[in-house]
Amino acid sequence: MRTEDLIKALDADASSKAMPLRSAWWLAAGAAIVIAAVVFLLTIGPRPDFMVAAHTMRFLSKFVFTIVLAVTAFGLIRALSTPGASTARAVAWMAAAPLLVAVAVVLELLMVPEALWGTRMIGSNMMICMGFIPLIGIGPLAIFLWMLRYGAPTRPVLAGAVAGLLAGGLAATFYAAHCFDDSPLFVATWYTIAIAILALLGALGGRFFVRW
Amino acid sequence: MSGKDEAELSRLLRAAIAGDEKAYADFLHRIAALVRGFVRRKIVQGGVDPEDVVQETLLAIHVKRHTWRQDAPVLPWIYAIARFKLIDAFRRRGRRIEIDVDEIAETFAEPETETVSERDINRALDGLPPAQRSVVSAVSVEGRSIGETAAKFGISETAVRVSLHRGLAAIAKRFGQGRFGRE
Repeated sequence: MRTEDLIKALDADASSKAMPLRSAWWLAAGAAIVIAAVVFLLTIGPRPDFMVAAHTMRFLSKFVFTIVLAVTAFGLIRALSTPGASTARAVAWMAAAPLLVAVAVVLELLMVPEALWGTRMIGSNMMICMGFIPLIGIGPLAIFLWMLRYGAPTRPVLAGAVAGLLAGGLAATFYAAHCFDDSPLFVATWYTIAIAILALLGALGGRFFVRW
Repeated sequence: MSGKDEAELSRLLRAAIAGDEKAYADFLHRIAALVRGFVRRKIVQGGVDPEDVVQETLLAIHVKRHTWRQDAPVLPWIYAIARFKLIDAFRRRGRRIEIDVDEIAETFAEPETETVSERDINRALDGLPPAQRSVVSAVSVEGRSIGETAAKFGISETAVRVSLHRGLAAIAKRFGQGRFGRE
């Protein structure tokens, strides 16, 4: 088949329609939030003293970290799934969540006596944290990987890892409403490990599933 | 390649997405020439047929045209896809290459030359289910219109469009997965 002939076929298929990638990403984000919410509410749900805890800085800070991670990862993954789009600014924004956690960790170390550092870091919930963040995040991750297939990422492994970070940020936002360990020392350790698991799964998905 | 090219190609692709077939044909011819120039410059040693990469890139551009943001420049989008497909072609043949994106600026358009070699796309076409294969062949190689193809096979125009769309999507998918032969 000559290229000339191929063009005839492509041209005859000009009327086929697909949803613009940008709109599809918003739809996917909505679906992912719903799935994460359903899994969260059916399994662990929010902690009973949620309203009281909502008045403490440590509890609220967890949401700042996780939501900032999710929002920045959402910005980056949209750029990564569009060929030729500039990613430099979105990559720079990805530093925001780790920086905020780092600042919170330093403040926590200054405020809490050294003898308590270990207890705060170990917390009481680490296995639940490492189990449920990936569990809540796995459905959203599947949606985001499917979206990467719908898009056209020229760096599929990186895009897959960012899909994992996005799913992780989203799942951790829900999980934070359940978790009694509010110390930044706990968050910096166990949330990071749990989210890294999703990022690794995402990278593998990007390598083997996102082909176009 | 100039700002004028950019503006003209963006205009054509916007019109094509809005349903203008004539604009789409014009767009595809122009980018085929541009991508051919780009690919031929990059392939200095043998092993990869530039025209195969041109065809894969055109198919990818077609099935991924919803990823172009209509307010963004179209040339960086086109070259990013061409570059990805070129690297993929080398990777499949066990070669690694580095492509400098900045060199894109030196690319100039080139016409298609007749070659006798067997195309990857023919093998992918052979792997399609018979109904899709015959519709894609009729519209491409035989150059029939949708209406003529419908009359030839005694099916509706909608059925022709569906088979054509699915056939092209299946070929693009095979290319993406590095599968070219019959299964």
